Amino acid sequence: MTATDTRPAPAAAPPPRPPGWANWLVSLGRSAWRQLTSMRTALVLLFLLAVASIPGSIIPQTNVGIEKVQDYYRAHPTLAPWIAKVDGFNVFGSPWFAAIYLLLFTSLIGCVIPRLRDHFRAIRSVPPNVPARLDRLPQHASVDDHDGDVEAIAAALRKRRWRVVVRGDTVSAEKGYLKETGNLVFHLALMAVLVAVALGSWYGWHGNRILVTGADSGFCNSLQQYDESKLGPRVDEGKLPPFCVTLDQFEATFQSSGQPKQFKATVTVEGDGPTRTANFSVNDPLRLDGASIYLLGHGYAPILRYTDRFGKTQTKEGPFLSMDGMQTGSGAISFPDANVDPKTGKRDSSLQMGFDGIYMPTAPAQAPFLRSEFPAENNPGLLLTAYRGNLGLDAGIPSSVYHLDQGQIDAGRLKQVGEGKLLKPGDTWTLDDGSSVQFVGTKKYVTLSVRHDPGQRIALIAAVCALVGLMGSLFGKRRRIFFRLASPSPTSSSRLLEAGGLPRTDYPGFAEEFASTVAAVREKT
Amino acid sequence: MAALSDALLVVAMLGYLASMICYAAVYAFGDKGVVARVAERERGRELVGAGGPPVVEFIGSPEPVAPVRGRGALAGWIAAGFLVLAAAAQIGSLIFRGVAGHRLPWGNMYEYVLAATSVAAVAWIVVMVRRPALRHLGLYVALTQVVLLGIAGLLLYVPVGPLVPALDSYWLAIHVTAVAISSGVFLIGFVPAGLFLIKSAYDKGKIAGFPFGDRLPAADVLERLSFRLHAFAFPIWTFGALIAGPIWAESAWGRYWGWDPKEVWAFISWIVYAGYLHARATPSVKKTTATWIAVLGFLTMLMNLFGVNIFFTGLHSYGGLP
Repeated sequence: MTATDTRPAPAAAPPPRPPGWANWLVSLGRSAWRQLTSMRTALVLLFLLAVASIPGSIIPQTNVGIEKVQDYYRAHPTLAPWIAKVDGFNVFGSPWFAAIYLLLFTSLIGCVIPRLRDHFRAIRSVPPNVPARLDRLPQHASVDDHDGDVEAIAAALRKRRWRVVVRGDTVSAEKGYLKETGNLVFHLALMAVLVAVALGSWYGWHGNRILVTGADSGFCNSLQQYDESKLGPRVDEGKLPPFCVTLDQFEATFQSSGQPKQFKATVTVEGDGPTRTANFSVNDPLRLDGASIYLLGHGYAPILRYTDRFGKTQTKEGPFLSMDGMQTGSGAISFPDANVDPKTGKRDSSLQMGFDGIYMPTAPAQAPFLRSEFPAENNPGLLLTAYRGNLGLDAGIPSSVYHLDQGQIDAGRLKQVGEGKLLKPGDTWTLDDGSSVQFVGTKKYVTLSVRHDPGQRIALIAAVCALVGLMGSLFGKRRRIFFRLASPSPTSSSRLLEAGGLPRTDYPGFAEEFASTVAAVREKT
Repeated sequence: MAALSDALLVVAMLGYLASMICYAAVYAFGDKGVVARVAERERGRELVGAGGPPVVEFIGSPEPVAPVRGRGALAGWIAAGFLVLAAAAQIGSLIFRGVAGHRLPWGNMYEYVLAATSVAAVAWIVVMVRRPALRHLGLYVALTQVVLLGIAGLLLYVPVGPLVPALDSYWLAIHVTAVAISSGVFLIGFVPAGLFLIKSAYDKGKIAGFPFGDRLPAADVLERLSFRLHAFAFPIWTFGALIAGPIWAESAWGRYWGWDPKEVWAFISWIVYAGYLHARATPSVKKTTATWIAVLGFLTMLMNLFGVNIFFTGLHSYGGLP
């Protein structure tokens, strides 16, 4: 669509046909198709696409971050369902967005195919006849002492990579076919990008999860093991590449300002070839056969040891989500099986225990203990609040593992025990019923994304082709140059050579090229 | 080194201001000839190729330019000198910023604006050398530079520091450099685009009162300069934002395209500029309409730089706003 508006002009009016609904429909369809494939429509669709993208940057998007969508629901409870109805939280996967780009690509196909045909013909055809009046062309020159060797002119032009045809005493030459070639390559490559994106969404998959250090917290590549996952419609769940990963170590170093300096995750990979240890980091993913593992974030998982009123001890760890750059973590650890009476063996749902807290790898020296002061564990502190009662886990409603059920707390079924308390690693806090909780320490965790997108290589190749085509289309120049030898005069052996040049596309430097080409032809003689 | 960088920024801003004042003097006091004569000549040269499709040519200045004397010409030379000096100070500020941080000096929003405007300054000097006739448009270039550098220095400034690990990749050199170069050239393309719209409105008598309307170069000279700058920047933008960016995004975040706000607006800018190039190549679309699209494109670039960094949070939040 770049060069000129050379869409095929409406064909000459078809022979009159008997009126009828069928003909009316055919002509309607034809005019609709002509409308759709016109440059004006393509431009309008292009702008619609741009305008339709804007809400995708303003309204939080599910595929970018589901948490922000949930926050939006909380902040705008009446508006959010309406936005959801028009796919406002999934703009780029919505039918109306798809309608725009599919129409645009249809328009593109309708434009590119006829041009492909025309260009194919143009490449195979020879430059046209020399026009009658060369002095009417934008560039014109004449040489009055030519020796009359037409073939020498043609040779000089061919040497300058013109396509040349000699007809009698005239030479026609054309150059710059690459402009239209580039233009077509660009548009075809854009279609290939769309195909690659479609392939990626059909045959690609991903899973995200938190992985805590230690041999007993590894995971294997199956959907159940991910916190969040998505399979393309053509992916067989049973055929995901079988590998298992455990996080041996995670190192993070920081500047004195708290800005991170370097991350390094060390993992053991099984099932992807021989068992091996590998390192990976931000910007340097772990490439496995059929999937890549990306390091997206990190944090701390405090470990709590709870000894209930019957003396039974349980130890649990819970990843706390980082809330800021200083790694202030927020999370909860539940003990639903606490305070089971050893005599009856029954669980008392009013005696379940839950703790929520804020973990500060570097706690401030004095209260308030709200925010960490540094992301490394220089002065770890866990501000813990204890709750006793019904955790609300039995209702079968999936609940977040990062906080206790606020509904249960509001309904009074889960009651706070005492005041919040700041614990240092190793500290034990004895509660009112004689049970106690110990802050054992922390483990590090990483947030991982495991992904496979079979379309991405095609998309890259297509995008590079599009760029190359684009440059051909923007900087290529189609132009013609003609020479005509006047009839020999009886008095002299030299002949008058007339030259004319016609730039077929916008080409400010054509005058120079024309002059130098004419000079080259002249020198040849 | 960091202090030297900051001092050079001040020098650059003062230089652009001095240049603006001198250019203003050219417009206001210089004998009308300096500018208007040039405008006339540019117009005249276009008519040379009359007959057949309009062929416009202007490479360098083949015909001898009658030396313009007088206070106006002197002010013009001084203005150009200040502009080059300011550009040198600006680039120096960028370089010393890099030396102080031991890294490429485009790792946060302040540095990015500094880098993109430096590219714009260089692009303008190239235009100025190749087309001396348009030199006096430096007034508008210096004006945009002062505004952007002022915003950078006053609102975006952060002390020099090391890179976050997310940016610690050789793709920083490729992706951000390409994006900064294309942004800088789009910025310089925006200046003649805006002036073309002013000039064509002036020619039609819509804004007859515009004081310098008769001192701007011919409308089609401005339009063509604007097109060539955009055509130059567009492939670089395509490479930087839509090829190098996705390659880096794949290794950093696991997906080559994820509709992060920055990506959305890069896509929008690309579409709008693509629309401009198509519109300009379509004879049935008026040049003014096409140029409005280019101006819109520049507004989307500004939105992406300032709006997205300030109002939206996303994966590209390295702006490090103070």
